[in-house]
Amino acid sequence: MEWVNTIVQGILTGGLYAMFAAGLSLIFGVMRLVNIAHGDLIVLAAYVALVVTETLGINPLVSLAFVVPIMAIAGYVLQRTILNRTLGDDLLPPLLVTFGLSIIIQNALLEIFTADSRKLNAGPIETASIEVLPGISLGVLPLLQFVLAVAVIAAMQFLFYRTATGRAFRATSDDQPVSQLMGLDNRHVFALAMALSLAIVAIAGVLLAVRANFDPSIGPARLIFGFEAVIIGGLGSMWGTLAGGIILGVSQAIGAKIDPGWQLLAGHLVFLFILAIRPQGLFPKVQ
Amino acid sequence: MTEDNGTSKDQLRSGVSRRTVIQAGVGLVAAPAVLRVIPANAQSKVIKIGNVSPRTGPLAGFGEADPFIIDQVKGILAKGIQSGGKTYSVEIISKDSQSNASRGAEVAAELILRDKVDLILASGTPDTTNPVADQAEVNEVPCITTNCPWQPYFFGRKGDPKKGFNWTYHFFWGLEDIIASFTALWDSAPTNKVVGGMFSNDADGNAFGDANLGFPAALPKAGYKLVDPGRFQLMNNDFTAQISAFKAANVEIVTGVFIPPDFATFWSQAAQQGFKPKIVTVAKALLFPSAVNALGERGNGLTTEIWWSPNHPFKSGLTGQSSKELADAYVKAANRPWTQPIGFQHALFEVAIDTLKRAKSLDPKAIRDAIAATDYQSIVGPVKWTGQPVKNVTKTPLVAGQWQRKGANLDLVITANKPAPQIPVGGKMELLS
Repeated sequence: MEWVNTIVQGILTGGLYAMFAAGLSLIFGVMRLVNIAHGDLIVLAAYVALVVTETLGINPLVSLAFVVPIMAIAGYVLQRTILNRTLGDDLLPPLLVTFGLSIIIQNALLEIFTADSRKLNAGPIETASIEVLPGISLGVLPLLQFVLAVAVIAAMQFLFYRTATGRAFRATSDDQPVSQLMGLDNRHVFALAMALSLAIVAIAGVLLAVRANFDPSIGPARLIFGFEAVIIGGLGSMWGTLAGGIILGVSQAIGAKIDPGWQLLAGHLVFLFILAIRPQGLFPKVQ
Repeated sequence: MTEDNGTSKDQLRSGVSRRTVIQAGVGLVAAPAVLRVIPANAQSKVIKIGNVSPRTGPLAGFGEADPFIIDQVKGILAKGIQSGGKTYSVEIISKDSQSNASRGAEVAAELILRDKVDLILASGTPDTTNPVADQAEVNEVPCITTNCPWQPYFFGRKGDPKKGFNWTYHFFWGLEDIIASFTALWDSAPTNKVVGGMFSNDADGNAFGDANLGFPAALPKAGYKLVDPGRFQLMNNDFTAQISAFKAANVEIVTGVFIPPDFATFWSQAAQQGFKPKIVTVAKALLFPSAVNALGERGNGLTTEIWWSPNHPFKSGLTGQSSKELADAYVKAANRPWTQPIGFQHALFEVAIDTLKRAKSLDPKAIRDAIAATDYQSIVGPVKWTGQPVKNVTKTPLVAGQWQRKGANLDLVITANKPAPQIPVGGKMELLS
């Protein structure tokens, strides 16, 4: 029973990683941009949520109604004004620019909000749990997080394969010059993708902020699991990202069960193992 | 950050400041003349104090009071200090270690080699104190540090208790003190004496969990049984393994070292998975009011170590302020709650200035000897290097207490003072419900 519990909790943690990774995966899939600032953008979203909840006095989960559009607009503007200028044949300029962005966001947050550790208070839901079987209690919050991760990924999948915007995303991803010939404005398509990515970041940020303390410097540490989930799942594949997150979460939980010192190492080892036998990831969409 | 801009920019441009060129030139050409000039210019001789603390990065909370402390000190030193019958003006050059050990070493080297400081100070966890002290030791510059338990400071720098260090001195408490104050705290309430240990895999956690020097050796002697699942990695997202182990062993007391985000994750997962300990006494994560208040109602009743508080019965020898007055001045100036590092940051400058006043000359050896001879009543208690526990370390008193709700905010109340009875208790520990 203890092992079942370990694995179930691992799957729930996987939902968190998938949420971190979904936005990254989307951006890489559409425009081959590796966003180093992704973790810091999650923390930025957490601070936006902090300001919204404090000024309006609302529950953090309700604040999503504000934080998601704010971050989406920020994403659109960010892409149109800065990131579009860095895209080209070379992978390096966007990498460097997002790296710089990461440092700027961290220090701006430190300047405005100080180094205080903050947390959003969502009330009794934070500690509520459901006992599914004797010995296995599922926290309502982690469960909600997992459900949201699945919902976000299902929504993205729908958007990608069932809508005109999704068709535009796939077309620009496949062949930029040709999609431009067909009348698509790549700059706009990329900006939409970034807006969508930051909308997901907003959800991830609020959930992170309810789950644990955050301060301006924790972004990069949260980012690494996102990257690993994307790579395990296969670049550009949405369901693959979810699978990647879950594999990572479960292997860490099993590692921790053997010895807590092995928790993160176990995740990294599984990641390396998959990278060694299947460098393209489990379910690659992008070749 | 702000203080170092002026000097470093000027020097970056040319590599050498105008003053050094002139001094060097004068020294070469007209050494005898200089000897005659110095007494006339004694008033303008500057003592430089270098200060390194983490102002940015994950440990920024430890350095946040520095601008306030330094402003206060600068106000007092506006007229300079008297030393050996002469008056010197004092320049404090403050640098940010960015919570990073390599950056700490880099800025310490800059302070020593470029700014040519006479005395170097550092504070705020081993990541800053150790690299700075190492640089000072190598370059033979006197150095005083604080705000880091002495074992990670001394053994983390590969110190040999028989020999010690020549140039670097430290004041703070140690592991034995934190163990004593935690067990004193637990003794005050009835439990089954089964303790769950959560030790992080970093310098602090490994020292706390050390099989010979840390909790695993000391708790059985104090009558407690320790359940130690092993070292956990920082920035963890899942503590299910530890929580299950604690539930299985019927743990009623949780102790250990966490960083604030990890503790928040652990504490909400514990609630979600139905683990309800009676006492939670954790180092590091519960130091700062902001981190504890962030936990909301779940922060009430948690316990932690107290190095300094406004209720400590000590006074500053520099400003004459009592602990309460210093904390109040900070709250007023910064409009933020008091934190424990404030007392130590202040004491660091107290000790530094006391040393410089007593130094026979500005020769590094004379300053070093003055440090070693320190016998000073600071705002964190007496500071006197007597060779105990080791040559370069002296200890300040440590107690433990509980965060208790007082109106809108949580307040840190001293509830156990057995290891340091001179510090009064402010209340009784209540068990978590």
